[in-house]
Amino acid sequence: MNRVKFFIPVIGFVALAIMFWRGLYLDPKVLPSMLIDKPMPEFQIATVAGGEISNADLPKEVFLLNVWGSYCLPCLIEHPTLTRLSEEGDIPVVGVNYRDREDLAIDWLEENGNPFVFSILDEDGRFGIDLGVYGAPETYLVDADGVIRYRHVSPLTEVVWKENFLPAIAEIRSEAESSL
Amino acid sequence: MKLIRRLHKAKLSTCLLLLALTIFSAITVPEVVAQVDTFKFETDEQEARFRTLSNELRCPMCQNTSLTGSTGGVAQDLRREIHRMILEGMSNAEIEQFMFERYGDFIFYRPRLTTNTLLLWFGPLIFLLIGAFLGFGIWRRAKQVNIADVELDPEQQQRLKDLLGNKQ
Repeated sequence: MNRVKFFIPVIGFVALAIMFWRGLYLDPKVLPSMLIDKPMPEFQIATVAGGEISNADLPKEVFLLNVWGSYCLPCLIEHPTLTRLSEEGDIPVVGVNYRDREDLAIDWLEENGNPFVFSILDEDGRFGIDLGVYGAPETYLVDADGVIRYRHVSPLTEVVWKENFLPAIAEIRSEAESSL
Repeated sequence: MKLIRRLHKAKLSTCLLLLALTIFSAITVPEVVAQVDTFKFETDEQEARFRTLSNELRCPMCQNTSLTGSTGGVAQDLRREIHRMILEGMSNAEIEQFMFERYGDFIFYRPRLTTNTLLLWFGPLIFLLIGAFLGFGIWRRAKQVNIADVELDPEQQQRLKDLLGNKQ
């Protein structure tokens, strides 16, 4: 019994050490999205340099929803990846122009190229709130039924694409096949 | 001897300084209000509710700032939404539910009591109980020590007196 008692502090120390060690590698800035496995919020909204659209106009396949703004410097980091994805035609990319001005957004797309099927014009950030956005860039993965399946905050680099998005997309597509 | 006395004094003043610092740092400075929105309300009660809500809801973009204290874009938008919802007659619970559905538990400075937050709410109490239990155990065992067993015999008493006497 005394032996066991002697080891209690040691066990306590090891448990705390493991907890703190793990804590070192947690990023408090990454918040889980509340909208995972929930449908896209209902919307009826204008697009950048385009007409009004609603949920019915979204792609009927797995697509990316990318939150961007002309003021957003990290968006330039992910822009080559988005451009490549849309050029290769593997997955449609829908934009959300978040808290921006339409004229600035149009200039930005002209200067950097437009990888988006269309960009939802969310000047006052109201659509962003429904989506749980807290700052550009954010990228959501939405399935063919319009259900949000995954969210990534910070630039969508090639590494993030390969390590996080490709497996998630493969899972969604295999699910869709097995349900047929 | 003088040196030792001086050191003693220095230690005392250091202790006092540390104590003072501890006390002052415990008195929190009221949050600097960064927002300059000019929202109009119909009643003072609505305005008070707005203040409470934006003080108790956390800016999702920042790590530790309330909606009141944040100049972040999303915080501005959320303050605007709170204002709109209050004017539309929504209750605090409804507004909090709106925020929870979009930003989760992170948005609350006063987290809701759910299975996920049980440890957060009652963890400190558990640690307090563990501490009290251990403290009680130590106190009880200290009481059981038989004084006669550890008391000095007359010979040891004499030696102790000699030793102390020599020092003085």
